[in-house]
Amino acid sequence: MSQQKPHDMGGMLDDTIIISTDSRDDEAQIFHEPWHARALAVTLAAGALGKWNLDASRFARECLPADDYKKFSYYEKWLAGLCNLLVTHKLITREEIKAGTAESAAPHDRMLKPEIVSNVLANGGPVRRDIAQKSQFEIGARVRTKRISDTLLVPDGHTRLPAYAAGKQAVIRDCHGAHILPNAHAHFRGEAPEPLYQIAISAAELWGENAVAGDEVILDCWESYLEAVR
Amino acid sequence: MPHEHDDHNAHSLLPSEPALRVRALETILTRKGLVSAETLDEIIDVYAHKIGPHIGAKIVARAWIDSDFKQALLTNAESILGEMKLAGRQGEHVQVVENTANIHNMVVCTLCSCYPWPLLGIPPSWYKSDAYRKRAVREPRAVLAEFGITPSQTQSVRVWDSTAEMRYLVLPMMPVAAAGCDEATLARWVTRDCMVGTGIPKAPQI
Repeated sequence: MSQQKPHDMGGMLDDTIIISTDSRDDEAQIFHEPWHARALAVTLAAGALGKWNLDASRFARECLPADDYKKFSYYEKWLAGLCNLLVTHKLITREEIKAGTAESAAPHDRMLKPEIVSNVLANGGPVRRDIAQKSQFEIGARVRTKRISDTLLVPDGHTRLPAYAAGKQAVIRDCHGAHILPNAHAHFRGEAPEPLYQIAISAAELWGENAVAGDEVILDCWESYLEAVR
Repeated sequence: MPHEHDDHNAHSLLPSEPALRVRALETILTRKGLVSAETLDEIIDVYAHKIGPHIGAKIVARAWIDSDFKQALLTNAESILGEMKLAGRQGEHVQVVENTANIHNMVVCTLCSCYPWPLLGIPPSWYKSDAYRKRAVREPRAVLAEFGITPSQTQSVRVWDSTAEMRYLVLPMMPVAAAGCDEATLARWVTRDCMVGTGIPKAPQI
């Protein structure tokens, strides 16, 4: 089994209080620092150049060295992931980063123009696709989630199955139709759409018998994350 | 340098101060014609001033007083929100989940920070914190207690981990004290947190 990555933290023990009473008012603020807003905007605008997709940008953040992932604040992770994607996809160079500037050039064909921002954000990017393949699991079927390593299409690659939910008994609650498979898409191996299921895993299955009966966690899992239970 | 050609380390060449890191990237990208400063201003304006929890609150208030709308919202939020032009970036596929006397729902994204942007805007810091991402699935009742919520004896807790591009919005129960209010007033009872499942509707401040 591959080593658990730092972003895959669901279910880890932690006694940190989530928000202290003093910081509660502060939580109404959308951007705590002006640079947070710039980091968000520059990430979205660079994404619009079309060199990578949302899955690839998530994977770029997941691939940050573990020490950086743990140390960086939220938007620092975004910036680092963005910077690495920009270099990997040859939009900027290491020399330009070191210099903090670049030769001036004419606008790129796909540069996001200010007048279409509202429309682009309002339209989003739906990920459901029509496929001929029939979904394998019926609603109500008992299934088991696979091991993380058995969901990967690329060694140490991207998956959306969290470690805490891997290898667990679950019940199919619903099927959302076929969605783009991040395990392929993050690595530029096409959209590879597969049926996406909503599954329920009981808290007892996840955390043991001390869990409250009836409590459960719901996740969305692609068909290739699941196997039938007889 | 050992990492000179490692794609996962180019970021280490950026300045150490985060604000300067953004400025450096922005400078390089604008000079190269890859982004425009006006575009960045426009994106920030959308998320700072236009999109936010007031949008989700209107949906909830309408569901509270219009049972047909509520049914449609619970069975096919995606088409309703699409018709309302509310199915934009990070909210293309939405499911609305209803709190009842038997179920208390709460939403998390343990792997990153997925959140229904077109309905609630940019997620708050606590939603993106390691503590929430770690604890929400494992000890949701302890987390809820920190937010001042104690599920009733009859309520199970259902935690929604947003692992795909489905986005979840909690439809809270309408407080008895809010009965009789008009839609606009009801919307003021609906806080951001109660649509994530970590709050309950609160009487608006007069």
